[in-house]
Amino acid sequence: MRRELMTGNAAAAWGARLARADYLPAFPITPQTEIIETVAQWIDAGEMNCRMVMMESEHSMITAAGAAAATGVRVFTATSSQGLLYGMEMLYTVAGWRAPFVMANVSRGLAAPITLEPDHNDILAARDSGFLQIHCATCQEVLDASLIAYRVAEDARVRLPVIVNLDGFYLSFTREPVDIPSQDEVDAFVPPFDAGPTRFRAGKPMSQAVAVLGGTPYSYFRYETHLAARAALEVYAEATDAFERQFGRRYGALDAYRCDDADIIFVMMGSFATKAKDAVNKLRAIGERVGLLRPILLRPFPDTAIRQLLAGKKAVAVIDQNISMGMGGVLHGEVSAALNGSKDAPPVLASFVGGLGGRDISAEEFFEIAAETRRAAENGETPPPRLLFTESELREIRKLQAIAHVEHGSDEAEGNRNGEGEERHA
Amino acid sequence: MTDAKQQTPFDVLQYLRQELMPHFLCPGCGHGIALRALLWAVHELGIEKDNLAIVSGIGCAGRTGAYIDANTFHTTHGRPLAFATGLKLARPDLEVIVITGDGDCLAIGGNHLIHAARRNLDITCLMLNNEVYGMTGGQVSPTTSEDRYTTTTPLGNTEAVFDACKLAEGAGATFVGREVTVQTPTLKNLILGGIAHDGFAFIEVISDCTEIYGRKNDLGSSAEMILSQKSAMRPETFENNIIDRPFRPNALPTGVLAHDKTRPEYGAAYRASIKAQQTKK
Repeated sequence: MRRELMTGNAAAAWGARLARADYLPAFPITPQTEIIETVAQWIDAGEMNCRMVMMESEHSMITAAGAAAATGVRVFTATSSQGLLYGMEMLYTVAGWRAPFVMANVSRGLAAPITLEPDHNDILAARDSGFLQIHCATCQEVLDASLIAYRVAEDARVRLPVIVNLDGFYLSFTREPVDIPSQDEVDAFVPPFDAGPTRFRAGKPMSQAVAVLGGTPYSYFRYETHLAARAALEVYAEATDAFERQFGRRYGALDAYRCDDADIIFVMMGSFATKAKDAVNKLRAIGERVGLLRPILLRPFPDTAIRQLLAGKKAVAVIDQNISMGMGGVLHGEVSAALNGSKDAPPVLASFVGGLGGRDISAEEFFEIAAETRRAAENGETPPPRLLFTESELREIRKLQAIAHVEHGSDEAEGNRNGEGEERHA
Repeated sequence: MTDAKQQTPFDVLQYLRQELMPHFLCPGCGHGIALRALLWAVHELGIEKDNLAIVSGIGCAGRTGAYIDANTFHTTHGRPLAFATGLKLARPDLEVIVITGDGDCLAIGGNHLIHAARRNLDITCLMLNNEVYGMTGGQVSPTTSEDRYTTTTPLGNTEAVFDACKLAEGAGATFVGREVTVQTPTLKNLILGGIAHDGFAFIEVISDCTEIYGRKNDLGSSAEMILSQKSAMRPETFENNIIDRPFRPNALPTGVLAHDKTRPEYGAAYRASIKAQQTKK
């Protein structure tokens, strides 16, 4: 084992290298490109034995990845944002093939408007595809999750592709010290891919992904895939136990930080949760009993673990770095569904949306979230969902709109909109 | 097209969103020259800004469109031609010009190119070919010359190169042309011909990516690169010019490569067919 400073992108590439990925179809997109460039350099230097092909789009890339995995080859690939969405048709398809491989997604907000910076609307769009999802908060986690992902994906009880998610810029381009395990240790943890019946043999031809006509067989296969994804909860637990034995680092389906004696819990995913962690420490210093719950597994969703961990808490604030238009924060909905019907569920489940397109969430805003959630816990009423957006930001937007000569409606309508805005903005 | 307009001298600044300056392009990039040639052609044709719709995709070429002070649409990777098709059919009165790159137009958007060419809708497609994905830092593209180094072909490119003009012509484009950036007035005239042409016009501009592609392949300075493009395209005119680093191993023809005035323009033909149907009733 050695320790190196590396970016989240390099950590993802190391995951592919150490897992001995045989095939890597690629297509560039900011902020992912560094992953495929790193692998290309290793192949050039003879340090990694892998076949890499630049495809003409992410759609072809995910198709090629699924097809290769279906023949029993270990596959790695990577994308981001618009690329993930462009390949969306194939996400559902290759998951339906039950083709296990690992794909890194470097989260970046979706167009329009165009942004390069991170939020989770891209990865959450893949929520129902059949791909499992592991969400990382540090560069070390990216490397480790890539190895764990192969164990889970290739397990005969699962046989589904896995996305390892890391936030663009915040993880992709941030250097952190990362332990690189030795190849021998990784070989022991991730043995060669035993594809079982899903491989191509000229002597024993078989058909894959044949057309299914009618709802009866369709329902059967779709539900089978759901059961396989649910089975991944146990397989993931086994894999992370084995990982801890091998490498000494412990990962759960959830990362619970200072939750035991907390009465208010922040729930947040990805690297921005490290900001929440810092805020928890600061709030603890002034006597606020706050904790942080970070789902690492999003699919399968660790609902039982969430229910158990939140049981008896006074209030929960879910901070979503995404927005489902017409509904609100996606994670808020997920947590709400997990808590539904639970006897000890917290009476208050507040929703905050922030960090869209990489917008920072400041320590002050976490303080404000804690204060509002505390007030809600005291009067027992869940507050309306809130966007983290400041008055000075709104002023900046108004200035830009003035430069762009934005035509507003009548003064009265504009006044109403402003009024509503001020109420909703933190 | 008014005479008064033609008499005003061309001032590129009139057509640019100066509040967006400085622009994002690297020093030495050929895309700015192509942009100037396009705006020059627009000026000479007397097209009003209100009637001009610039549609662009993603990449260095795609970003260029945003600097034009007209109706501009920055779409998704590979889709500007699909977007332009909808726009032109809904608003045939607009002059629709697509600015795209080699990756945008030939890789992820290749399907749209052949079908736009096949339909022959009155769109001008300006493809800025710098042989590389520049914006993401220099990955191999469908026009990267053989043996060239990119960040994803550290051993040199082994894939065959697309001849974009042949592709467009084969798919049915009725106006096809190619020019290098250093011949700016000639390029302007070619673009002018493409815009004036009533049908799908495909124009490939041989641009240069000095900072990333040029550097990685030791192609010299921007001036050397654009001059070597010219010598590679028209070796006979540059006999005495000492260029020891040819930009492309194979010389490609420039100028108007195809011009078919006989095929009907899709939008007009479509509207005529609807009108005929209505008069029958």
